[in-house]
Amino acid sequence: MTAYLTSLRAIVLREALRFIHQRERFIAALVRPLVWLLVFAAGFRAALGLSIIPPYQTYITYETYIVPGLCGMILLFNGMQSSLSLVYDREMGSMKLLLTSPLPRGWLLFCKLAGSTIISILQVYAFLAIAAAFGITMPGWGYVAVLPALLVAGLMLGALGLVLSSLIKQLENFAGVMNFVIFPMFFLSSALYPLWKMAESSELLHDICAVNPFTHAVELIRFALYLQFNGAALGWTCLAALVFTGAALLGYDPARTRMGRKT
Amino acid sequence: MTGLRAHDLSFAYGAKKALEEVSFEVGAGRFCALLGPNGAGKSTLFGLLTRLFMAPRGSIEIAGHDLARAPRAALAELGIVFQQSTLDLDLTVRQNLSYFAALHGLSGRTAATRIDAALDQLEMRDRAGEKARALNGGHRRRTELARALLHDPAVLLLDEPTVGLDAAARASITLHAHRLAEDGKTILWATHLTDEVAPGDDLVILHRARILTRGKARDIAGDMTLHERFLTLTGAVA
Repeated sequence: MTAYLTSLRAIVLREALRFIHQRERFIAALVRPLVWLLVFAAGFRAALGLSIIPPYQTYITYETYIVPGLCGMILLFNGMQSSLSLVYDREMGSMKLLLTSPLPRGWLLFCKLAGSTIISILQVYAFLAIAAAFGITMPGWGYVAVLPALLVAGLMLGALGLVLSSLIKQLENFAGVMNFVIFPMFFLSSALYPLWKMAESSELLHDICAVNPFTHAVELIRFALYLQFNGAALGWTCLAALVFTGAALLGYDPARTRMGRKT
Repeated sequence: MTGLRAHDLSFAYGAKKALEEVSFEVGAGRFCALLGPNGAGKSTLFGLLTRLFMAPRGSIEIAGHDLARAPRAALAELGIVFQQSTLDLDLTVRQNLSYFAALHGLSGRTAATRIDAALDQLEMRDRAGEKARALNGGHRRRTELARALLHDPAVLLLDEPTVGLDAAARASITLHAHRLAEDGKTILWATHLTDEVAPGDDLVILHRARILTRGKARDIAGDMTLHERFLTLTGAVA
C-alpha cells in the first residue's frame, strides 16, 4: 500500500474513532433533522401547499419534500462540526502533527475532508432509515443513486468548513461564524421550500437562494433520490467544491503564515 | 552537512519582530540547546524549522535538504516534540503511534516493528495498551519522544519538552535526549532552564529575537555557572 493510501486510511479511521467516542454528537446529528421532519413538517404541512415540480411526478407531502433538504442539513452541520474540530485541533496542537508530515499538505487536508464526509454520509443513511420507519420512503434504487450526490455535496460543504477553519483564529469566534454561515445557507435554500415559493414573496431572496451552493447540493440530492440526474446542480456543486478547496489550500499555505499567527 | 542549518532567518508578526537575522548550525550527532527566556523567539523559530509557517527571508537545511525547495525530503528527516502535547487522549499509546506512522507512510509489519522498538527505547512497551489520558505527564512526553523517533529521523527538534514535568521526569527526558545524540541523532532542544544543558553541549542563546551568543556551553559559561552567565547576558541580573 502506498504512503498516500496508508495516510488516507489512518486519517479516516481516526475520524471514525473520534466519532464513536462522541456518541452524543451522533445522537444530536440525528435528532436535529428528525425534529424538523416529525415536528416542524407536521405543523407546516397544512400551511404550505406544494405543486408538482421536478423530480416529483405526483403530489407529495411536505415531509417528503423536506427529506433531501434535511439530508443536506446533516452534511452542512457535519461540515461545520469538522471545521470546529480542526480549530480545536489547531488550538490543542494536534493539527501540527498533520501539517508537519512529509506528505503533501493538500493530500492530508483531502484525507481529513474524506474522513468527515464518510462519517456524514453514514449519518444521512441512518436518518433516511428512521424516516422510512415513519413511512417517508423514496424509490428503492434512489437510496443507492443518492450516494454519489451525497459524496459530492459532503465534500463541498466539508471544503467550506476547511476554509472557515483556516480563517477562524480562536474557538470563541466560532459561534458567531456558525450563525453567519449555517443559518443563512440553510434558510436561503430550497431545503425547506421550493424556489418558486420564495419568488412569490421576494425576487431578491429567490435570486440569493438560486446562487446559494447549498441549494444546488440539496437539489442534487433530491433528484438523485428520485433516480434523476440534475446536471446544473451537479455542475454548481462541483464548482463550489473546487472554489472552496482552492481557498482552503490557500488558507493552509505555510507561506501565508496563518497557522503560525499568535492568538 | 547532515545536521541542521538555519541561515539569516527573520520573521515578524505584523510590526512585532519575532526573529532577526538568526543563523546557526548543529552538527550531525550533536546535542544543541537553544536557550532563551520566555518570548525570546524560540517557538517562532520552531514554527519555521517545522514549516508550520515560512520565513520571508533566510533558509533552513535539514540533513542536507533545503526546507523550502525540498520540503518533503526535509520533513521526512525531522522528528518533532512540540511544547504542547499533541497526543490524542482518547487513543491508546499504540494507536497514537500507529496514526503518526501512517502520516509518514509506514504501515503493517514495518510500523509495528518500529513502534515496538521506539517504545522499548523509551521504556514504554508495557504502557502501549493504555489510553494517553491515563498517562502522567512524564509518560506522555516519553510517548511523544518515542513517536518522534518512529520514522528514524536524522534531526530531532524538541520545543521545551520538560514544561510541566516534575524533577525526576525532567531529568529522565533530558538524559534520553542526550543518549539519542550519542547514538548519532542531531538534537535541537529549546529550553529556558540552564540545568538541562550539559557542559559539553552546543549552545545557542536567543534573546529578543536575536542570537546573543553561540558555542560550547562550558566556553560560554567561562568562570561563572551557566545560569549566572545566562542571567548576565540576558540582563536579568542587576
